[in-house]
Amino acid sequence: MDPQDPALARLIDQVDRARSQRAPLDIRGGGTKTFYGGLPSGEPLDVKDLEGISSYEPTELVVTARAGTALAELEAVLYAHGQCLPFEPPRFSAGGTVGGMTAAGLSGPARASVGSIRDHVLGVTLLNGRGEVLTFGGQVAKNVAGYDVSRLLVGSLGILGVICEVSLKVLPMNRATATLCFDWNESRALEQVNLWASQPLPMHASAWHEGRLRVRLSGAVAAVNAACGRLGGAPIAADAATAWWLSLRDQTHDFFALDDTDLTRGECLWRLSLPSTAPPVELPGRQIIEWNGAQRWWRTGAELGLVRAAAARAGGHATLVRGADKSGGVFTPLPGALLRIHRGLKQAFDPACIFNPGRLYAGL
Amino acid sequence: MNTSPEAVVAARGAREARQADVAAALAEFLPRRAVLYRHEDTAPYECDALTAYRTSPLLVVLPDTEAEVAAALKVCHRMGVPVIARGAGTGLSGGATPHHWGVVLSLAKFNRILRIDPRARTAVVQCGVRNAAISEAAAPYGLYYAPDPSSQIACTIGGNVAENSGGVHCLKYGLTLHNVLRVCGFMADGEPVEFGSLALDVPGLDLLSIIVGSEGMLAITTEVTVKLVPKPQSARCIMASFDDIESAGAAVASVIAGGIIPAGLELMDKAMTAAVEAFVHADYDLDAAAILLCESDGSVEEVEEEILRMEEVLKAAGASRLEVSRDEAQRLRFWSGRKNAFPASGSISPDYMCMDSTIPRKRLAEMLRAIQQMQERYGLRCVNVFHAGDGNLHPLILFDAEEPDEMRRCELFGADILETSVRLGGTVTGEHGVGVEKLNSMCVQFAPAERAQFLAVKHAFDPLESLNPGKVIPTLHRCAEYGKMHVHRGLLPFPNLPRF
Repeated sequence: MDPQDPALARLIDQVDRARSQRAPLDIRGGGTKTFYGGLPSGEPLDVKDLEGISSYEPTELVVTARAGTALAELEAVLYAHGQCLPFEPPRFSAGGTVGGMTAAGLSGPARASVGSIRDHVLGVTLLNGRGEVLTFGGQVAKNVAGYDVSRLLVGSLGILGVICEVSLKVLPMNRATATLCFDWNESRALEQVNLWASQPLPMHASAWHEGRLRVRLSGAVAAVNAACGRLGGAPIAADAATAWWLSLRDQTHDFFALDDTDLTRGECLWRLSLPSTAPPVELPGRQIIEWNGAQRWWRTGAELGLVRAAAARAGGHATLVRGADKSGGVFTPLPGALLRIHRGLKQAFDPACIFNPGRLYAGL
Repeated sequence: MNTSPEAVVAARGAREARQADVAAALAEFLPRRAVLYRHEDTAPYECDALTAYRTSPLLVVLPDTEAEVAAALKVCHRMGVPVIARGAGTGLSGGATPHHWGVVLSLAKFNRILRIDPRARTAVVQCGVRNAAISEAAAPYGLYYAPDPSSQIACTIGGNVAENSGGVHCLKYGLTLHNVLRVCGFMADGEPVEFGSLALDVPGLDLLSIIVGSEGMLAITTEVTVKLVPKPQSARCIMASFDDIESAGAAVASVIAGGIIPAGLELMDKAMTAAVEAFVHADYDLDAAAILLCESDGSVEEVEEEILRMEEVLKAAGASRLEVSRDEAQRLRFWSGRKNAFPASGSISPDYMCMDSTIPRKRLAEMLRAIQQMQERYGLRCVNVFHAGDGNLHPLILFDAEEPDEMRRCELFGADILETSVRLGGTVTGEHGVGVEKLNSMCVQFAPAERAQFLAVKHAFDPLESLNPGKVIPTLHRCAEYGKMHVHRGLLPFPNLPRF
């Protein structure tokens, strides 16, 4: 990216000013994920003007877009060429951007079978805390020149710098898809999805909620047809199935709706990330299990320590996604060695500590 | 440099004294047999598979346990001794080239598969386990480890993590990064550390992403948890011939444009095909300007469907001859030449240098033309194999190290290929790593501020720069020197001076 570009030049100016004043900046795209992570603070730094798809060649399976590009616009362009972002990034409301998607690092229902957003990022142009515009990675899928900084930035919640442009690996859309439904309890569902995932089946997504397991198959026509025959279950009509998976991806399903009353009562939305084969987690409340058991959403009023301990016992970690009280930290605390590396990296990219302070951890 | 006989003797004395000091400190924590210092014992460690670069290490340490690894690291950290981790030594970029004042930490004894969990589709293995051994151990469960670098029968998973190795199937199945869940090991000061987890993500920054491919510069890996995937029921391969390089390149784009992601999509040029045919006798088309190998895998029905579509696309793209493997024996025969490209090159030339850059797929033909011109410019032959599906090239430059000047011209030829790749929108290394080999080319691909940022990342993990110092990230000084040399490309001043 050309640092002379007017939109980028304005951002560099603002970063230079903030650095000299040691004043925090709150990096903003569409503002659709301000609820996620620690509370935003500081002067807004708006990347919306850094807008547009910089290059897209379907036969290269790569698209490069500037950070302020609307995610919906990007996906529409890919769709017109029969391609997609396979990791199904969530859109919590209209206006989400490519930069926000990358900084949040969240992936949708297909994550367990196709990989995460991190797996699909090929390159990032970053504006660091020294006001330097740096490009890491590139526009090719195989690239091991230097440390893989572009992927380190995925899910960094902006604490290392301003993501200005992102190159993503895209894939052709699958030719066939089908959703099957099974009325099974949690243990049976967990057992079965892990068994299926270890067989050569076109498993694409799974979700268990209130006694019902839904499994999405996707791939070649012949493969999906054969798998439907083998798995059994009740097929769900295409429209209803699409609506169901979208309601999970974008968290528009009723399960995710926490109103002010719920929040005041201390009810929270937790995301437990666990080994897929972890046995059922015992907590009060309700849950949706995705990713063949590796992602478990809990809607619970249980206190923070209890939830974190349950996740740790199961071999994973717990994130407070929505809740009124974030004073106990949103993300599971890091062990000493990792915390020191985090501090070192913050120092390496943003020595004046101006970017998104506290969004990931207090003090970073 | 003072090269008087007295100075040489003094320098040798200083090194021997240092050797004795470090060996004595290590001997407090490690058994005597685990510390090698006699020249005849350390000689096998003087290089990895980039044999043109050799250095005699101060010492070689062969720990047996994690406690010994930690102890060795603590001693080295305290005494300021550089540490160079080494697996099977199959790396092609000199990532394991020793340091004159440093210890080679050989992790060869960490060769146990600790656990295979078929239900969770994971294997927990020590870092010295061979890549192919993981798939062999997982085979009874119908699972395998997908990344398959050509050296997979010898290379270790620890080395794969260090290099983020690929292979012929990574177009569909991804690189090492995409197939690793967790890396356990030690920081430079001997503190234990764990990157990633058995879940699909971790709280905080995704440090696993930066550890994978960090070439032993950030931490020492001792244990790796990999993902296993179900073995496809069926695989078939198409061998297609093309009369000119342009149509072969266009065919690659057409396959992708047709919405197909082949399990493998490989290209060999005419010279390479001739070399491998003489080596494996697989009945390759010796008249073709280029041969494409295009593989489909999956369920029997899926493969049937995809092979038909691939055939259509390749015919439309102008394939002059097209053959689909009828059975597994024939499929393996199609691949035998591609998998033996390196030894076959060794059989037609005393030495060869394998390059490894990536370019956008659409520039393949342009790149091959440029390489043809370089053959004349540098007076050396070059045969080419490509992971065409992801634009990763492996030109093999043929030379004879015994001939005066051929090594020097080979290096210039290689640098020219890498810099052309950067100009075409690609990168100087797709899967072999930077090591010592591509330090100069890093000056071309990255701006000074980007290289400074890499160095700052290194310091966040290894503040004293004790792990694999001098590799991967060139110093500003080195790049300035290289920039000056560039002015006189092909006419380097003082060609006999060592440049690393």
